[in-house]
Amino acid sequence: MSGGENQGSTGDFINIFQPSMTHSQTIETDIIIIGAGPVGLFAVFEAGLLKLRCHIVDVLPQVGGQLTEIYPKKPIYDIPGYPSVLAGDLVKNLLQQIDPFKPGFTLGERAESIERQSDGRFQITTNRGTQLQAPVIFVAGGLGSFEPRKPPIDNISEFEENGVEYFVRNPEMFRDQRIAIAGGGDSALDWTIFLADIAKELTLIHRRTEFRGALDSVEKVTQLAETKRINLVTNAQVVGLQGNNKLESIEIQHDTEGKFSLQVDYYIPLFGLTPKLGPIADWGLGINNNAVEVNTLDYATTTPGIFAIGDINTYPGKLKLILCGFHEATLACQSAFKIIHPDKKLSFKYTTVTGIEGVTAS
Amino acid sequence: MDHTIKITIVDRQDAPMELETPTDMGLNIMELCKAYELPVEGTCGGMALCASCHVYVLSDHELPEPTDDELAMLDQAFFVQSNSRLGCQIKIKAELDGLKLKLAPVSV
Repeated sequence: MSGGENQGSTGDFINIFQPSMTHSQTIETDIIIIGAGPVGLFAVFEAGLLKLRCHIVDVLPQVGGQLTEIYPKKPIYDIPGYPSVLAGDLVKNLLQQIDPFKPGFTLGERAESIERQSDGRFQITTNRGTQLQAPVIFVAGGLGSFEPRKPPIDNISEFEENGVEYFVRNPEMFRDQRIAIAGGGDSALDWTIFLADIAKELTLIHRRTEFRGALDSVEKVTQLAETKRINLVTNAQVVGLQGNNKLESIEIQHDTEGKFSLQVDYYIPLFGLTPKLGPIADWGLGINNNAVEVNTLDYATTTPGIFAIGDINTYPGKLKLILCGFHEATLACQSAFKIIHPDKKLSFKYTTVTGIEGVTAS
Repeated sequence: MDHTIKITIVDRQDAPMELETPTDMGLNIMELCKAYELPVEGTCGGMALCASCHVYVLSDHELPEPTDDELAMLDQAFFVQSNSRLGCQIKIKAELDGLKLKLAPVSV
């Protein structure tokens, strides 16, 4: 396994839900949960017990947050009741646990802005223009939103969407183009194999000689290089980009042979994803050291109606543990109920007494 | 018996800092940096999965060979040199007394 490698890789990762279609209508729900990590998912369960509906938004195309994106095959040992559970399996189990409550999902979109409306509810708009409305928001954003690792090339931002692409969203755009892929992990290998047939010319650039991807992929890439269907440049890095508005060539620094220039239409750096706090910092919530300040009564932020749960929050004694996030989600749901149903009285019930509709005991 | 050693960390402004650290607490370099509030994120918590604790080894101490996980992660990091390591993968032991490391630049 290599970390943070799901840059659109065709490799093995959980992809249970496809990115949602762009919604022309506003999605209305009781609680909008930002972040589909374990804590965001479990919040659906606790909300469901109180008959509150949830809709989850996440920038990643799949659910699970860090567990799926960074360490799906790592065992976790401190989930109560599980002596050991693989991160990916915990996510699968959480999905099964919340399924009776039929949450909505908007995946592959980043929650960009939050606005309070005249009726007191919040409206969230995503980077793709999807609009969601609810009286309560749970920010369960973990470490923030996962963004591609961008190579430290000074003018790289000038060429973004003008020749520099961090994801292969639509392979057809590379048909008959000259492309350079950089990276040595599964994403770089998988896309090299996939695009070799589509591109007019493909160059794979890697800092070292060895590749760390799946053995099968490494063999295929080696074969493509031997049969001259791709150009393989190892012990080298892309250090410069040139072009007039649109990328025209890249500068490659080779460890022993010095610098040389390569004419390309596209440069696709695939160095995995890394979390950034992102838009959460701009929502007027109290931010302390990249985390959202909350009280420990119900994990409410300084904005009434907005709660922050899991790794994204901070309070005296905070521990960034999944099990703590589960507790935080549970208490936040109690207060969410009071906001959503100010006239109703909430009576506390055990699932052993009430059961879950649609779930039979195994 | 004294279980404390000294490790020097050179920060990104080239300022060296000598840090005292216990050897009997199972700490690693990433955790040491965080304990002294140095600008090291340690995003993944020490699983060799984020490279936010990327350091250069400046002294000639013999360190255990990097694991495949660590090498795989360094493949995705930037500013990697032949003396690059992930701080989270360097466990603090008595033999590392006098170790000198430099924090690698952070990419945006």
